Amino acid sequence: MKPFAYHQPDQIPDVAKLLTSIEDSKLVAGGMTLIPTLKQRLANPPALIDLSKLGNLKGISDDGATITIGAMTPHAVVAASKLVQARIPGLAALASMIGDPAVRSRGTIGGSVANNDPAADYPAGVLGLGATIVTSMREIPADKFFLGLFETALQQGEIITAIRFPVPQKAGYTKFKAPASRYALVGVFVAKFADGVRVAVTGAGPGVFRVPPMEAVLSDNFDPSAIAAIKIDTDGLTSDIHAEADYRAHLVTVMAKRAVDAALS
Amino acid sequence: MGNVIGIGAAPKRKEDQRFLTGRGNYVSDIKRPGMTAGVFVRSPHGHAVIRGIDESAALAAPGVIAVLTGDDVKADGLGSLPCGWGISDAKGVPMKEPPFPMLAQGKVRFVGDMVAFVIAETPEQANAGAELLKIDYEVLPSVVGVLEAVRPGAPQLFDDVPNNICCDWELGDKAAVESAFRKAAHVAKLSLVNNRLIGNPMEPRAAIAEYEPGTDRFTLWTTSQFPHVVRFLMGALVLNIPQHKLRVVAPDVGGGFGVKQFHYGEEAVITWAAKRVKRPVKWVASRSEGYVSDRHGRDHVTEAELALDETGKFLAFRVKTLANMGGYLSTFGPNIPTNLYGPLLGGVYTTPAIYCNVKVVFTNTVPVDAYRGAGRPEATFVLERIVDVAASEMGIDRVEIRRRNMIPKEAYPYQTPVLVQYDSGDPMGCLDGALAAADVKNFGVRKAASASKGKFRGLGYSTYVEACGLAPSRFAGRLGARGGLYESATVRVHPTGQVTVMIGTHNHGQGHETTFAQIVSDKLGVPFENVDIVFGDTDRVQFGMGTYGSRSLVVGGAALSKATDKVIAKGKKIASHLLEAAEVDIQFESGKFSVAGTDRSKTFEEIAGAAYVPHNYPLEVLEPGLEEQAYYDPVNFTYPGGCHIAEVEVDPETGTVTLINYTAVDDVGTVINPMIVEGQLHGGIVQGVGQALFENAVYDEGSGQLLSGSLMDYCMPRADHLPMMKVATHSTLCTHTPMGVKGCGEVGTIGSPAAVINAVVDALSHLGVTHVDMPATPNRIWRLLQNASLPVAAE
Repeated sequence: MKPFAYHQPDQIPDVAKLLTSIEDSKLVAGGMTLIPTLKQRLANPPALIDLSKLGNLKGISDDGATITIGAMTPHAVVAASKLVQARIPGLAALASMIGDPAVRSRGTIGGSVANNDPAADYPAGVLGLGATIVTSMREIPADKFFLGLFETALQQGEIITAIRFPVPQKAGYTKFKAPASRYALVGVFVAKFADGVRVAVTGAGPGVFRVPPMEAVLSDNFDPSAIAAIKIDTDGLTSDIHAEADYRAHLVTVMAKRAVDAALS
Repeated sequence: MGNVIGIGAAPKRKEDQRFLTGRGNYVSDIKRPGMTAGVFVRSPHGHAVIRGIDESAALAAPGVIAVLTGDDVKADGLGSLPCGWGISDAKGVPMKEPPFPMLAQGKVRFVGDMVAFVIAETPEQANAGAELLKIDYEVLPSVVGVLEAVRPGAPQLFDDVPNNICCDWELGDKAAVESAFRKAAHVAKLSLVNNRLIGNPMEPRAAIAEYEPGTDRFTLWTTSQFPHVVRFLMGALVLNIPQHKLRVVAPDVGGGFGVKQFHYGEEAVITWAAKRVKRPVKWVASRSEGYVSDRHGRDHVTEAELALDETGKFLAFRVKTLANMGGYLSTFGPNIPTNLYGPLLGGVYTTPAIYCNVKVVFTNTVPVDAYRGAGRPEATFVLERIVDVAASEMGIDRVEIRRRNMIPKEAYPYQTPVLVQYDSGDPMGCLDGALAAADVKNFGVRKAASASKGKFRGLGYSTYVEACGLAPSRFAGRLGARGGLYESATVRVHPTGQVTVMIGTHNHGQGHETTFAQIVSDKLGVPFENVDIVFGDTDRVQFGMGTYGSRSLVVGGAALSKATDKVIAKGKKIASHLLEAAEVDIQFESGKFSVAGTDRSKTFEEIAGAAYVPHNYPLEVLEPGLEEQAYYDPVNFTYPGGCHIAEVEVDPETGTVTLINYTAVDDVGTVINPMIVEGQLHGGIVQGVGQALFENAVYDEGSGQLLSGSLMDYCMPRADHLPMMKVATHSTLCTHTPMGVKGCGEVGTIGSPAAVINAVVDALSHLGVTHVDMPATPNRIWRLLQNASLPVAAE
């Protein structure tokens, strides 16, 4: 790890000020991606701005039609939340599948969504539920937030403060774990709302994406059998030493079926 | 006053008290006054010429003390890292043995090859300095696979090693095999890959070296399985340090599995550097660094053919293997795919003719050497896979074909056609035990239950025999060993009767401090807690060849047993004097020397006291003191064997293989501590399952980059991958070791890969699948099913 300055502001405006005034400075939420990167000397930020003193960024609230989760809420808290388990069980299940107990205790929803790792779990839940990303500047719909490999719509100095999830009729998440890392080789989040179904896929490509053909069919018939014959185009899907694109494409269909099953159970 | 805890008991492990309470003493825990930190600069290229190194910016960086390169090594006239085995081809031509410089000279040959060593006040400063080193490389094409490496036009690693072939090795009667093949009713053929593995001991490698100008002595603390061998190889052959001026200490070591049984260049560089900078130097590898520098294991490509008569009797076995050596010859490198492979191709069968040809090949990869099992898992895998292939092709039941060819218990000692003579064994007994324990007769019910869920269930068998307890020195010498393979032990009885044992093996997880104490407690009748085992320090322990090849109990335990016998013999002499009886009338039992047929006796403590306070003592004929030493060189290998049965379930939708049941019945000879043996079997099986289902070191052809260079990409087996295992022993006693022991450290790793893969193939056989290469990952299984002869119906 190379030396860096460390800031721990307690007000959001101070965070923004530090972020814009110190070039290449980095925010630390749970640090589950950033800290290993620093330890491997792959990143060399001059300053870290720790968000843990911003007290109002933690917690889960029920707003009726939506559930709002503060950006600094750890995965373990979401997974164990009676509220999330009751209102969006698929999302609680997703949080329980992230990393390992240590990662779930430190890692946060805001950090995961801002990092937008192509194999992370939360982006599938956020996009699959059509959530709204609430930032220090504005509100961004999930469909406009994830821009591909580690890229998001966040601007310089903009900080995620919360994620607001519409409560679906049913939702489920299924993940085929990469053998070594246990990141999603393919993870599929399926959510059924009164006005239709959303299907979001993580791990298969350079960023989370939706599957309109599946959404269309499932909106008419929310049953695994409805999508069994839908094949995903391998174009743009990832190939690596663990899985070639055609296998990932196949797994999207299998995991989507199982996610529907999970949503129904 | 504690109790005697003897052979066959299962006390909790003595050493665990300190490990579980965080009181272990590992190399990275050690701090020396004035210690500096070193960092190795490693090649980022698989194959490149070093055109120049500019050290100026690194040397100017804050805290940097020195930068050492291959030129400095050359200027100091230091030796090459030695290979401990020199094998030869069929005509007696010795293997090609290019130098292995401790820091690269002129060329790098694998990603991770060491180019420079940067020493600074702190690890951070050393890392920062290392990043400022400017190395000008001319990148050359790399070759990483053995098939590619021997092709005409392949990149050549060394000017004087044509086609990258180190040695074209043979074993067996080629003509007899050919003649048997001509008479065969059936010939089974199989091509397979034995995947490359990375050991991943929990503790990364580390070293500290210190030079004391006052005494002209060096001390090296290193994560080693064999400190005396490091002292010899490094002191005598690399750095020219006299043995009495070099102390090597291997304190607590967190796992080895072979990875730490080699003399590494890092050890030599650090020891040399400590004298140059006149301060202690410490280096601790990162996990990432371990991936590209810890010696790798396995990596074979093999073609095998088995000739059978019409009844399924094996007539002859022919195996041709290309074995990857990586970029240089490591300490045991060329011995592993040859001497520890070919002689095991007979397995537990009566195959009368066997021929094995192994081309040992250099590639632009990390040097390959012994990894738990070392050669025997590879041999077992080839044999047990092709037996299944033959059974399937001939329509003979897989258990029945094994029975028809097994060496009967009465036929031991059994001379194989490939050098080794098995002293004892009962393969049929192990097979019967495993069949019962695995509830094979009800497998059909379980298979049907899986099928009703859309899953394919399979059962796989593997029998095996291995050669361990390395090794009879004379035999090994004929095969090319450049050292002896005996072991030594000293039993020091203190005046108060407690015992300290100095032994040349090294305990890094095996439980030696417990097992060896049980042997002493049992034989001398002293309380278990009154026995301490000292190892891992060349200044405290007389000599030793270390721990590997399941040799510690077999060879080290035998030396200990003999030294203990000498203590008893001397004790009898002392007792005969004190009890005024003839020596032949003195009996020793349960910690007491007594005169036969009388009630006159002396306790062990009384005899020890008399030996050290020799007021009433036969000083004219006997020296005072009670300390004895023994060296033991085995007369033969030991041959543990057994039968493993794996049961798997395959999800055809995703290709996922789940290990459902695992049963092992092993013949390990006398069991000293059944709990420790069970732990060794569990651990060994897990590593074999890891090879079969998860682990794979993958290199990029052309660039030579290691693509599986972290725990994120190299899949280690985890607890939730495994079922509860049923392990049992079915032991016959070794006829030539003092206690009848055979060794148990590697059997699990040897028996399990074939059992698991045979189960996977069985699960998929109805689809026409006849072979699955390791690891049987979901991606690989799914792809096989896409190409399988029948459609997959599991929607």
